[in-house]
Amino acid sequence: MTLDGKIPGGPISEKWERRKFENKLVNPANRRKYEIIIVGTGLAGSSAAAALGEQGYRVKLFCILDSPRRAHSISAQGGINAAKNYRNDGDSIYRLFYDTVKGGDYRAREANVYRLAQLSVDIIDQCVATGVPFAREYGGLLDNRSFGGAQLSRTFYARGQTGQQLLLGAYQSMLRQVDAGNVTLFPRREMLDLVVVDGQARGIVTRNLITGDLERHEGQAVLLCTGGYGPVYYLSTNAINSNVTAAWRAHKRGALFANPCFTQIHPTCIPVSGDHQSKLTLMSESLRNDGRVWVPRKKEDTRPPEQIPEEERDYYLERRYPSFGNLVPRDVASRAAKERADEGFGVGETGLSVYLDFKEAIDRLGVETIRARYDNLFEMYKHITAEDPYKVPMRIYPAIHYTMGGLWVDYNLQSTIPGLFVLGEANFSDHGANRLGASALMQGLADGYFIASYTVANYLAGASLSKVSTDHGAFKEAAATAQARIDQVLRVKGTRTVRQFHRDLGHIMWDYVGMARTESGLNAAIQKIRALRDDFWKDVAVSGEQSNLNPMLDYAGRVADYMEFAELLALDALHRNESCGGHFREEYQTPDGEARRDDDHYSYVGAWEFTGVGTQPVLHKEALEFQEVRPSQRSYK
Amino acid sequence: MPAKTITVNLKVWRQPAKDQPGRMVDYVAKDISTDMSFLEMLDVVNEDLIRKGEDAIAFDSDCREGICGACGCVINGIPHGPDAGATTCQLHMRRFTDGQTITVEPWRAKSFPVLKDLTVDRSAFDRIIASGGYISAGIGGAQDANSILIPRSIAEEAMDSAACIGCGACVAACKNAAAHLFTGAKITHLALLPQGAPERALRVVRMVGQMEAEGFGACSNEGECEAVCPKLIPISNIAKLVREYTRAWWRGTT
Repeated sequence: MTLDGKIPGGPISEKWERRKFENKLVNPANRRKYEIIIVGTGLAGSSAAAALGEQGYRVKLFCILDSPRRAHSISAQGGINAAKNYRNDGDSIYRLFYDTVKGGDYRAREANVYRLAQLSVDIIDQCVATGVPFAREYGGLLDNRSFGGAQLSRTFYARGQTGQQLLLGAYQSMLRQVDAGNVTLFPRREMLDLVVVDGQARGIVTRNLITGDLERHEGQAVLLCTGGYGPVYYLSTNAINSNVTAAWRAHKRGALFANPCFTQIHPTCIPVSGDHQSKLTLMSESLRNDGRVWVPRKKEDTRPPEQIPEEERDYYLERRYPSFGNLVPRDVASRAAKERADEGFGVGETGLSVYLDFKEAIDRLGVETIRARYDNLFEMYKHITAEDPYKVPMRIYPAIHYTMGGLWVDYNLQSTIPGLFVLGEANFSDHGANRLGASALMQGLADGYFIASYTVANYLAGASLSKVSTDHGAFKEAAATAQARIDQVLRVKGTRTVRQFHRDLGHIMWDYVGMARTESGLNAAIQKIRALRDDFWKDVAVSGEQSNLNPMLDYAGRVADYMEFAELLALDALHRNESCGGHFREEYQTPDGEARRDDDHYSYVGAWEFTGVGTQPVLHKEALEFQEVRPSQRSYK
Repeated sequence: MPAKTITVNLKVWRQPAKDQPGRMVDYVAKDISTDMSFLEMLDVVNEDLIRKGEDAIAFDSDCREGICGACGCVINGIPHGPDAGATTCQLHMRRFTDGQTITVEPWRAKSFPVLKDLTVDRSAFDRIIASGGYISAGIGGAQDANSILIPRSIAEEAMDSAACIGCGACVAACKNAAAHLFTGAKITHLALLPQGAPERALRVVRMVGQMEAEGFGACSNEGECEAVCPKLIPISNIAKLVREYTRAWWRGTT
């Protein structure tokens, strides 16, 4: 299989225009003849449903929760980037493109990133038109803040709830199409398989999470907008229901999975307090605009922070990276925190945290300004820790947050299965080995509002699609496969709960496939994952029945998929003998502890083909060509 | 505050399915760290039930940081429990004492039928928003974002209303099971913005009509909704709803 990214010709700034013109169109009168399945209602799914519904396609939209408004995009706090240059501080589409390619440690496709930067401008306009209440200045113009990896202010925000407001905007636009009869909603449905007929994606099998019934849905194209796979680490900032199942089942049907080892560890999360914890909570990167990160200069210093005088504090980010300071990219900030904690300078009961201190900002700007900027985050912190960050520094530590890897897609966002498109975090395309802050929201909306409607139309207009009903053999086989897996889980009747297995898997992943990886550690991880997977199928305990609402059964299916997927993630990390972005292999670092890339051997997208559970997958490579930005050692010093 | 361990006695509403009778069932939650969230405590209770082969308590939850609106139960008679301005997932066990009895019930409202245990069907909220709770801006071709000037105070006020997470606590707290705070918050958000002006009258008429069609009750201005709202959305949003509705009536939209 050769991976053709289908990148349009011509200068980078004209590629998307060219592709839009090359694309075939579907006559408005014919659009109603096409049924499009969209799975997931986050920013990518809701915006794609709004755009395709508005154009007149019949859209079936599936969501795992009770309402599309709750998708995990809602948790994004800090903001969304756009190259508007409203601040007159040197921004441009080219600079956002450059920052994103560099921030991704030169492992993203240039043409995709450039398009993303171009569309960023339209996204802000679109969101304002639909009533998103972005922060404003007194003159009524839009306000901006800074985010990591950039030396200017290009981030638009709505308090600390930007994801919520953008998602509700897309949700409302999508519901407008429900109102118009173009989009049909299917809440509380989980996709359990992709149906492929004659090599084309033609439908899905879902489980109705209220009745337990398996349902078959046919369409002419399937769009997966199902997010990332962070919870393979058990504890992450992801939501409880975020999972890899839809993507993984599509992978098993032939869609290649690209760069799974590119996982993002966010530097500012509330630290782990005990084994009972079900998730970790992010404290937005925007806090690093005003908060200063430090640890004591003295090892194992147990004095409370306010008793440690200024000269005995180590503001290690400002010390190591004077030009970006506290606003270095996430991968760099996370590793720096781990380095200090590993050396014994960490704070808190476990020693696994560092301070994020607002005292200087409060003294300089006044408590009211800080309150206006971050109050909901400070409140959230207080609820969880019972400490008041207006008075004592926050304690933070890195945690799994986002996954850059995902199903492989070409420039048209189409996977290796014709008719299967993958949008948002679920695909691998735009962030390389590390995503910059405030770029996930941008990608979700670019893919959904502005890209999919063009490329899906081109596919439909050009594809030869036979008539397929849900009685087709492929539907029956997919439904039977899904049913067999449910039966298998219920048959075990073991002694250990799904959560116990998930937690054990998370420990393996965090310890060996987390912030620092080694060849021997990854080999050990693969063995441990296989052993745990065997145990799972021998000893998992699931109570309740299939034909009823049973969240534990849903959870068991997802963890079963993580058990398989985790191995691929570790294998990918093992094969990539270099450090880049979120993938840090201890063997490959510079003398001062920075990531050392190997462009001669690893400047490619690693896309894996499924060959069976526990058997070696086949690696396919898409070479990355850099014509605009010359890859160099990333420096934020 | 260092964590300690407590034991609490739970009385939990168990109902096998939508149209079946339910009842309160007693459980003892032992060795609960006061650092746990309320939902993590329920996770622990569920782990024990599963190990005993019993059906786990079904409840909705997703982000577990107070923004998605998925979680919510009535804890000791109060939707989302005793902390003001917090969702159920943000409530921590340090708020309870050793040996305390805690009742846990689902939202109770005709328009939110119980599906199982603590899980209810809130799709009525989606249908209210689908009845005009949007701005009809087509995708593509929007004017430059800064060509619409919105005074900061107006943008902030709109944001106060837009902060609603659609959890349904307002309905659960209301003796009439009214959805005026939820509906009023969206109407207020969009009515305050210039982009929302053209559809202002039709929007309030349609949304209120859908709200009534879903079977939500009338508002009798007692303010329980405001008291339990995890995002502290004020009852003035209901006044705004009424004002918008009256305005539409005067203009002959109803």
